[in-house]
Order: sequence, then C-alpha cells, then structure tokens
Amino acid sequence: MLLALERRAERSTAIGIASPVIAVALTLATVAVLFAIIGKNPIEALDVYFLEPLLDPFSLGEIVVKATPLVMIAIGLSLCYIANVWNIGAEGQFLVGAVAGSWLAVRTNGTDAGYWVLPAMLVLGTLAGALYALIPAICKVRFGASEILTSLMLVYVAYYGMDYLVRGPWRDPKGLNFPTTAPFDPVATLPPLFEGSRVHSGTLIALMVVMLIAVMLGRTIMGFEIRLVGAAPKAAGFSGFNADRLVLFTFAISGALAGLAGIIEVAGPIGYLQPDISPGYGFTAIIVAFLGRLNPIGILIAGFFLALTFIGGENAEIAMKVPLDLTKVFQGILLFYVLACDSMIAYRVRLIRGVRKAVPANA
Amino acid sequence: MLDALGQILGLIFSVNFILTVITASTPLLLAASGELVAERSGVLNLGVEGMMIMGAACGFAAAYVSDSTIVGALCGILAGAAMAAIFAFLTLGLAVNQVATGLALTILGTGLSGLIGAGFVGMRITPAPQLYLPVLTGLPVVGRILFGQDAFVYFSFALIIGIWLFLYRTRSGLILRAVGDNHVSAHALGYPVLKIRMLAVLFGGGCAGLAGAFLPLAYTPFFIPGMTAGRGWIALALVVFASWRPGRLVAGAYLFGAVTFLQLSVQGLGLGIPPQVMSSLPYLATVVVLVLISRTRGASGSAAPASLGVVFVPDR
Repeated sequence: MLLALERRAERSTAIGIASPVIAVALTLATVAVLFAIIGKNPIEALDVYFLEPLLDPFSLGEIVVKATPLVMIAIGLSLCYIANVWNIGAEGQFLVGAVAGSWLAVRTNGTDAGYWVLPAMLVLGTLAGALYALIPAICKVRFGASEILTSLMLVYVAYYGMDYLVRGPWRDPKGLNFPTTAPFDPVATLPPLFEGSRVHSGTLIALMVVMLIAVMLGRTIMGFEIRLVGAAPKAAGFSGFNADRLVLFTFAISGALAGLAGIIEVAGPIGYLQPDISPGYGFTAIIVAFLGRLNPIGILIAGFFLALTFIGGENAEIAMKVPLDLTKVFQGILLFYVLACDSMIAYRVRLIRGVRKAVPANA
Repeated sequence: MLDALGQILGLIFSVNFILTVITASTPLLLAASGELVAERSGVLNLGVEGMMIMGAACGFAAAYVSDSTIVGALCGILAGAAMAAIFAFLTLGLAVNQVATGLALTILGTGLSGLIGAGFVGMRITPAPQLYLPVLTGLPVVGRILFGQDAFVYFSFALIIGIWLFLYRTRSGLILRAVGDNHVSAHALGYPVLKIRMLAVLFGGGCAGLAGAFLPLAYTPFFIPGMTAGRGWIALALVVFASWRPGRLVAGAYLFGAVTFLQLSVQGLGLGIPPQVMSSLPYLATVVVLVLISRTRGASGSAAPASLGVVFVPDR
C-alpha cells in the first residue's frame, strides 16, 4: 500500500477554512491519548486545560495578556512567511526590543521625567527590534547567508546580552540580589485597561497593529508585492519587483513588531526587566502564524488559542501535577497537524494498493 | 594583556586543549554528518535540535535503566530516527513545507524530551569508558589523544569516512546525490526519489539522536532539560560551512569545538570578561562564519544540492 498525492485542479476553499479546525480537533484527540498514557483522566485533563480557563474571568484576562505578544509577533512573521522569507528569530527581536525600551526606563528611574517616557520606550523597542532583525536580512541580501540560521543564532546572543545587563549593570541594588532591574516608574508602565485586571493597553495596540497590517497586505502595492513574490517569485522578478528589498522590508517589520511586543510585555504585565520575560513567545508565534493560515483574522483567533494552551498548562500543572513541558508538546503536535491539513488544500491523498500498472506515455 | 595572551597561547598548545576540543566537537560532527546525508538527498531537516534533545533524553533514560552505555546509545539513535520518521511522513508523504515542519519537530522534541527526562533529572550514570590500549595510550602526547577516547569519538570518525566512501565511491551514493541535485531527472530515470530521501532522513535522525545521546552518556554523566543548547542549529550551519562535503565538515566541527574550549578556558582565566559574552561566542561565530562562507562562494554559485528543500510530488 502506498500513499500518493494528487494535485487538485483548484485550491480547495472549504478545506482552507476547515483545516485549522480539523487540526485543533486532531490535536485535542492526540492530547487526550497522551494524558491517558501518563495516567491522567483525559476528560478531566482536557477540561482543566482548555475549558476552565475560559470560564474564569481572571484566567480569561490572563489569556488576553498572553495572546497580546503572540498576535503582535505572529502578524509580523506572517508577512515574512507569505513572502517566503524565513525569520525564525523573533524571540531574539522580542528580547532586544524589551532591553532597548527598558534602557530608558532604567535611566529615568526615580527622576521626575514626564509622560514622554513611555511613548519613547515603545519607539525605542520598536526600532531596536527592527534593527536587530535587519542583521540577518542584510547578511542574506548582501552575502547570501541563510536567514534561517543567522536569525536563530541571534536569539541566543540577545538572550545572553539581556542576561548580562540584568545581572550586571542594570541590577536593582535594592533587589536582594535577584537578577532584576528596579520596578519601572508609573510614567514608564502601561496602564491596565480595567481596574484590578492585568489586561493592559498593549492589547489595544496589538489590535491596531493587526488592522494596519491587514490593510497593508490587502490594499497597498507593498502588500501585493509581498503576496506576489511569495506565490510566484519568477513572475514578480519579471515585473520588476525587487526581492532583496522585500527581504529587508519584511524582516524590518516583523522585527519591529516583535520588539514592540517585547517592550510592551516588560512595561505592561511585568513592570521590570528580568531574564525570563518570555516563555518562548517568539517561537510560539510561528505556530500562531501558521495556525492562523497567515491571515490577520485567523492569527487573532490562533493567538487566543495558543495563549489558552499556556494558561491551561499552568492550570493543569497546579491542579493535576502535569509537567509544564506538556504545553510545548501540544504546540508541536498542533503545528504538525496544521501543516498536514494545509497540505490537503492543494493535494488530494490517495491510497494505492498493490503494484502500479505501467501506462504508456501516449495512452 | 600580554600575560593573558601568553596564557591563552599556552592553553592552546596543551594536550588538554586537544582532548577538550575532541569532546566538544564530537556531538557536532555526529549530528552534522547525518544532516549532510539528508541534505545531499535534497531534504532540509531543520529539526536537528529536536531530534538531538530527544536522543539525549531517551538515551539517558535507557542508559540509566539498563546501566549500559550501548543500550543508551542505541535508544538515542532510535529516538532520533523516530522523530525523523514523523518529519519524513509530513514532508515526503504529504509534501509539507520542510522549513516549517523542521521547526515543529524542534518544538515537539524540546517538549517531549522534557516530559521523558523529567523523572531522570539529578540522576547520575557511569560515563562511557575511555578505551585505553595497554602500550599505545602510554605514549607521550599522542597517546592520550589518539588512543584514549571513548567509543563515540572513534565512531564519529568511522562514520564520516563511511559517508565519504558511500557518497563518492558507491553507485548508491551517486544516486543519492543525483536525487538531491535534480529530483525530476532522477525520477524520470526510474529512481525512487521519495524512498531514497526517506532513508536519508532516517539516517540523519539516527545520527542526530546519537549526537544527543553523547551529551549525557559521555560529555556529562547526567541529563539536563535543554542540554543540547543550540548544538543542533550549529550542526545545520556546519553543513553549510562545509559546502556539503564530508572532509570540510570535520574541519568545521573541530573549529567550533575549539571555540567552545576558548569559551570555557577564558572564563577560567578571570580576565573580567562577562561570562555571557563568552557563552554567546559559538552563536556569534556561527553568524560570522555563515556570512564569510556565503560571501566567498558568491559568484561561483551556491554549493548546495540544487533540489535542497524543494517539495517533490511524483506525477503518475
């Protein structure tokens, strides 16, 4: 028996919409089996993981808090992936954005600096993220170095750089030797949206960004260029579109958004800089981008769902003593199913039994 | 400053230096060897890091339970190959994008290895024995270097020589390279492109798994979650650095091993360089090397297999 793929005459729209849903359903089924294997009641575990957080107002808020950076990074990455450019170092750009913005917060700490601090921090974070992302982009355009590998390597470099700063020069002298900066001043923090909630105004920024990118992608020449270069690079070349410029552009935008997400995370829910500001947002955002089918609305939904796996994972760890690593397993399995289901949009799978008969070429 | 330089030079020309470099380079060489074969067949598997860490977790678990390094190494190989099988099913069976699938493999491997290894953190095993030969190991200087390594080190050299012989001196190797360079022609000639690629990917997975298993079985006698620390990615960069050639791969792996040694020994000298700077050295070096190697290649065109990373769906 053999598996064979047959190209569909037309890409199937129905499967295009259904594929993420099927992928999520398959993931839940696989996860249920995994729970049974590690000796937990699958129904109870799924309930704790995926349902309870949705019914509790506090958890719901936490999901929105976690979805904010995921969506913001993923929407930038989607531009890259549509154009067939592979930025997988968003985690590093996120960290660098957080560090650059925090620099100002640390410098103005305890001074009577006014309300310009927070906007300036956001700008700094955005710029730093963009510049950091431009390193692999320039290496690719100028020297032909694989952007996949260089952008990933720079994640480690960013991490160690941040680690050095919070353990060294930026450490809070009053912080009991913990590797954190001093808590940011009120003028350097994002206000919460509601009293007593951790949901902050960064979420509104993320929504605005999604709208802007959606308009850019659907309604501008640049957006058209991105889609064309991704779908038909040769045709794009003939029509005079510059692929190199596009690499620089998509990297800069995705880096800027990752950097912005980084500084928003630090100035919003966390409130100071410390080594573990990200549970791997930059990598999870890759899954968000694909689960959302590289579509702005899809990414909003997918970001919410992936944030749910983080919160559900924390819940399950406390309530059922399930290891936290299970969340990563889910996310990996989910990405596999998403990719496999996406393949069904362009291909039809046939099972072939027995030996194939040779068909004459001009039959 | 001069004094420090002298100290560094002294370190470099010591037996200890060569011994440390060998242990630091072996996992890189093992993982990169497997990936080289997979890429030569035209498949870019970015999941090396995930396959390695699974090899480390499963290898350690098996070695701890069975109290045998060989069982541990075999289980590491199997774990890596099993991960590669998932990758092969998706990219070859379902024609899914190889870059995205490789990333998924790394994410899954990181999570799964954490689950499997969780019960074994803090345990210790007897590290793989060094194979001493009665007289030869006693020879001055070269004795310890040539005849005092563990089995992994000797195997890594046997492996790369075997790969070289296979790729350039056998018919099957020629076919594998043909598949990687032009899958359409290879298919037209009647070669089973997907089957050859599947075998190459499984081989790559096995090598990555063994490379991962080396870490807790021989490098340190315990398992730490995430202990591969980006070595899988460096192995991928090494294949590019080597221009997909086995000989240059050995040179590259040992160059990177030397960087790792520099990192450890400079920390020991206490020059006031922050440890984070030294820790980021291998990653920075990878970026620099990738840029340099891509630049010098420039005009003569890429040395990559022509069909690398391109999806192939046989028409019937």
